[in-house]
Amino acid sequence: MPQVIRSPKVYDVCIIGSGAAGGAAAKVLTEGGVSVAMLEAGPPLDPAKDFKEHLWPYDLPHRGGGVGGKLRGEEADEFMAPNGAWEIPGEPYVSAPGSTFRWFRSRIVGGRTNHWGRVALRFSAADFKPRSADGMGDDWPIAYEDLAPYYDKVESYIGVFGSKENIPSSPDGVFLPPPKPRCTETILKRACDKLNILCVPARMAILTRPLNGRPACHYCGQCARGCKSASNFSSSQVLIPPAQTTGRLTLITSAMAREIVLGKDGKAEAVSYVDRTTKTEKRVHARSFVVAASTCESARLLLNSRSTLFPEGLANSSGVVGRNLMDSVGSWGSGYFPQLEKMPSHNHDGSGGNYLPHVYMPWWKFDRKNDFLRGYHIEPGGGRFMPVVQQFDDECDRFEGYGSSLKQHCRRSYGASIGMEALGEMLPNQHAYCELDPNAVDEWGIPVLRFHWHAGENEIRMAKDMQQTFRAIVEAAGGTYSTEVTTDGPTPYGLYDGGTAIHESGTVRMGDNPKNSALNKYCQAHDVKNLFVTDAAAFVTSPDKNPTLSILALSWRASEYLLEQAKKGNL
Amino acid sequence: MHISRRDLLKSLGMTAAAGSVLEAADKAHRMVSAEKAAAPSGVYTPKFFSAHHYKTLRALCQAIIPPDHESGGALEAGAPEFIDLLTSESKDFQLRLGGGIMWLDSTCTERYGQTYLQCTPGQQEEILDLIAFRKTVNKYPRLGPGIEFFSTLRKFTADGFFTSEIGIKYLGYIGNTYLKEFPGCPATPEA
Repeated sequence: MPQVIRSPKVYDVCIIGSGAAGGAAAKVLTEGGVSVAMLEAGPPLDPAKDFKEHLWPYDLPHRGGGVGGKLRGEEADEFMAPNGAWEIPGEPYVSAPGSTFRWFRSRIVGGRTNHWGRVALRFSAADFKPRSADGMGDDWPIAYEDLAPYYDKVESYIGVFGSKENIPSSPDGVFLPPPKPRCTETILKRACDKLNILCVPARMAILTRPLNGRPACHYCGQCARGCKSASNFSSSQVLIPPAQTTGRLTLITSAMAREIVLGKDGKAEAVSYVDRTTKTEKRVHARSFVVAASTCESARLLLNSRSTLFPEGLANSSGVVGRNLMDSVGSWGSGYFPQLEKMPSHNHDGSGGNYLPHVYMPWWKFDRKNDFLRGYHIEPGGGRFMPVVQQFDDECDRFEGYGSSLKQHCRRSYGASIGMEALGEMLPNQHAYCELDPNAVDEWGIPVLRFHWHAGENEIRMAKDMQQTFRAIVEAAGGTYSTEVTTDGPTPYGLYDGGTAIHESGTVRMGDNPKNSALNKYCQAHDVKNLFVTDAAAFVTSPDKNPTLSILALSWRASEYLLEQAKKGNL
Repeated sequence: MHISRRDLLKSLGMTAAAGSVLEAADKAHRMVSAEKAAAPSGVYTPKFFSAHHYKTLRALCQAIIPPDHESGGALEAGAPEFIDLLTSESKDFQLRLGGGIMWLDSTCTERYGQTYLQCTPGQQEEILDLIAFRKTVNKYPRLGPGIEFFSTLRKFTADGFFTSEIGIKYLGYIGNTYLKEFPGCPATPEA
């Protein structure tokens, strides 16, 4: 038996995870006056050292392509913020036979908020009550009005640019002014106007005006590299620092949570974790617990926390933990625009960067019957961004030859392609879930997840519609659509594999009925009242909106409720 | 280039966590700087290619992206050094590029009785005009390996040139700077 080192201190709250959900909880709880221990599986983050903002490709000998060109084909990855990986050495996961699921994990303070796209969209009123509208899936136990004040608080604090549009599918928020559109986006906007497709300023968690001590964006287009000036939002730079300022946050890094330990009174009393630097088992004791480790990691932690009272995992008397796994329905397409060949040299970087746009197409067909349920939105990319390795692979293959004509051809085509990514709502189904693999453990001895994935007819019909829309927009804009997709096979109409959109949700869902949900409407476990799960695991459905803003609002709301209940002595 | 933001993230997979990638890159950066300091003459010592093969590589890079009245070419952009570095670290590239150059020499010897570098400019142009196009394989199936080799080298040379300071200037990319406000799209009839 390894020696178990017990910390004598009992914190008011222990938060597991430091991303969007954990960061929001840490800020609200510490500012509410309680002591918090936060466990993060990865190392601390030092933006000054870890972010490669403003470097040129030629500043690195591999030009961004990585040692041995390993990252070639992946665009400028040496420059990306230290953000995680699809595969982590020593920490495997398994896709069940017949399933393909890809799981992007971060092991660093701030988690996946260090690199995310910063697209910050509110769910709409209809998004919370889909079953009432079309009979599929379930309604949320909360309505838009319940979350709206928290969207307000989050947006006011982190800063989101956007514009008031009064679109029923995409509620307005508290917005900073949006940046002007790029040329590529102007072209798309005109095409969308012709086709009666909504195309409006994007809504992004990037400052276009100074806010709360953070300077405004300087428009270098490199958000994915991390922002040294913290002009975009990340948990590590925007939520954890104010929590630290209170003096009530104890941040424990390199702490891989193994199990939540149940006390004799049926309440959670400690988290058992592996200190990765010493490979020793440690415990942190607290009066309440906020699980915010990311959708699948949170489910894994609960499933691994077995006891006599909860043989199928903590707070899992309903059996829903791990079930109901969803990701955004995704597809992608691109076109070539001869008119862009003639564009004079100009600065195209802007806020965000490639595929972190200044405009987007919110769901516009909400007022009619479509041949699939629910909706999607579109985020465009492309244009004259900083050249990267592999930039001209396609043109080299298309043009062939060599010499001055090749050189000139590459320059002519530079920035002349526009791509679009559509992200839509997936209907939950019983064949998409994660569970503990019965045989495999990670290097810390913690059982790993096995994923089951299935895309249904609705998802395929939605992807087909996405492809038709991409083509219509490109052609209406005077371009040539160049993406080829199959109509069947494993990825019909370019449908993304499960997990690829990095929008997992639903594995510890909330609901009014403890028989078919794990959490109540405040993200509090039905079974264990001092246990909360505040990341996207709590989602009932996966609306087409990128989840981070809703995670922040949900966690903020749950944390205020936790504070209130703790003060009343109810936990 | 047809790649989405999420494709970019596929990268970080492999086996390396992003942290170690950065560490490796930093280390290589320091190594290269040290080498440059140690060779004040500016003469580059190849890490993988033999002196003869490196000279051949340089000639091919020059042919693929030559200097012109507007800018320098692949040599001035440091493409051969970049390609040699990546090749020295990858067994795959050693086969495709190292093997490819040796294939080129043996094919030139067979056709013209001498290595590529010894060939006349006319002979060099003749062989490149063949292996620079996929359709050649229909008429000359034995040139298949050369077509594959040249296709790879063309992409690497384009990488080396268009990610260099002069290549970026040639393209007219003028970003990566601090702006107070984003100006939007300049007024043009096209856009």
